Amino acid sequence: MILFDKVSKIYSKTSIALDGVNLSISHKEFVSLVGHSGAGKSTLLKLLLAEEAPSKGGVYFESVNVHSLPKRKLPMLRRKIGVVFQDFRLISNKTVYENVAFAMEVAGRQPKEIEENVPYVLDLVDLADKVSRFPDELSGGERQRVAIARAIINRPDLVVADEPTGNLDPISTKEIISIFDKINKLGTTIILATHNKGVVDSIGKRVVVMEKGKIIRDDKSGTYSL
Amino acid sequence: MIKVGHIRYNKNMIFTKIKRVMKAGFVSFWRNGFVSLSAILVVVITLFTIGSLVFSKAVLESALIHVQDKVDISVYFKNDAEEKDVLALKDSVSKISEVKSVEYVSAEKSLEDFRERHKDNATLMQSIEELEKNPLGAVINIKAKEISQYGSVASFLNSKNEPLEKSIIDKINYFQNKKIIDRLSKIIDSAKNIGLIVSLVLVVVSILVTFNTIRLAIYSSREEIGVMKLVGASNRFASGPFVIEGIMYGFFSALITMIIFYPVIVWIDPKIMSVFSEVSLLRYYIENFVQIFALLLTVGIVICSFSSLIAVRRYLKI
Repeated sequence: MILFDKVSKIYSKTSIALDGVNLSISHKEFVSLVGHSGAGKSTLLKLLLAEEAPSKGGVYFESVNVHSLPKRKLPMLRRKIGVVFQDFRLISNKTVYENVAFAMEVAGRQPKEIEENVPYVLDLVDLADKVSRFPDELSGGERQRVAIARAIINRPDLVVADEPTGNLDPISTKEIISIFDKINKLGTTIILATHNKGVVDSIGKRVVVMEKGKIIRDDKSGTYSL
Repeated sequence: MIKVGHIRYNKNMIFTKIKRVMKAGFVSFWRNGFVSLSAILVVVITLFTIGSLVFSKAVLESALIHVQDKVDISVYFKNDAEEKDVLALKDSVSKISEVKSVEYVSAEKSLEDFRERHKDNATLMQSIEELEKNPLGAVINIKAKEISQYGSVASFLNSKNEPLEKSIIDKINYFQNKKIIDRLSKIIDSAKNIGLIVSLVLVVVSILVTFNTIRLAIYSSREEIGVMKLVGASNRFASGPFVIEGIMYGFFSALITMIIFYPVIVWIDPKIMSVFSEVSLLRYYIENFVQIFALLLTVGIVICSFSSLIAVRRYLKI
């Protein structure tokens, strides 16, 4: 489903973010991407979303080279991938409901579909009673749950999460991970970049360890160790 | 059949998308109340500047017409001049192409006017009564089409004034008024030129200020534009609401500017009238309300939506 083929990202001679990375991920996998800050986890995800272009190599999503897509087709790609960020990145002047509905509007869904699906997904992340709040009025854990609801509302094949628990307390972290687990069981591929040992150990699935822009370990059912 | 259905679906979708973009624009305009308000205030200042230029041009133009109308050449005839000679001269003057109108005042009418003007002055009245003959001659007042043409009219009259001892003309006041007429015509020319330059500078400055204000307003939303793009919004869908907001800034600014102009004009109108009694700015405002509003509306909407579009484009490059 996803293939990184000898991918390098070189900003300058002294700043090499990725160095010949090969990685393939198949459908319905739950992959934890671990490593220190600056190991190249976020860069890898940015290349997958075509936020940045690789210096060498190719990034393939469902057999299509992401970076050979014309600019106007990028929105189509991004609608197939749900994204969750460490800093939530909600739209501050939209309510919880509108933030989630926005992703469906963008994908051109019918109003009726939106009205049915948004409450369903908000219920799934346990926010049914906070639909008309604004992001500023929510706790960190709640904001991240809104972000997850937004990421999964279009039933993407893949959800990418970049340090989703980085700003959260242990209890919220546990909640978020269990939501990801639930989504994965429903058949969605998940890539979770994190440096939280507890999180990785509790998931107990495939672990890819990165260091200095290279993959140094890839365990089918691993735990966090560097 | 499927094709027809498919096309209809697309049309519906376009309509839905337009509706969504418009709604997002309206909602964002309302929720970012403070930003909207400050943007509108700046645009109001711009439109007020442009509107003031329109009004001052109107005042200047009608004042100039008014002043120009006051300028004329008066030809005073000797009191023994025959009326038929005076009328013959009047006819030949009115045939000159530069001349707009010629008014003839007979010797009797001159005396009557003089008496009317000085009826409170008993000594003057008495001395007039004591004279056997009318001391005043006939007068013709000549108006040219343009101020600059008085010179040639005067030189034509001068040629009729020779030889002096046989001439029926007593004096031509152009030569007394020449300096004033020349100066006035210079002032009018430079007022037109300076007005044009000042207008252009003011308009350019205020457009730049508006552009920057809107850019700042959108700068505060740059992260959200990035999020929209990452969630899969197309460029049009992400920038649309900002353009709608820009249009709303333009609309409300034009409306507020027109409302502000009313009390300002009511206040300033008597002051203008005290200088140029026949120029009414209030009448101009009321008679041209629709045109001026349309002008400000167009300028406001074009500047604001165009600024929004340019500003938002910088953040769409994700």
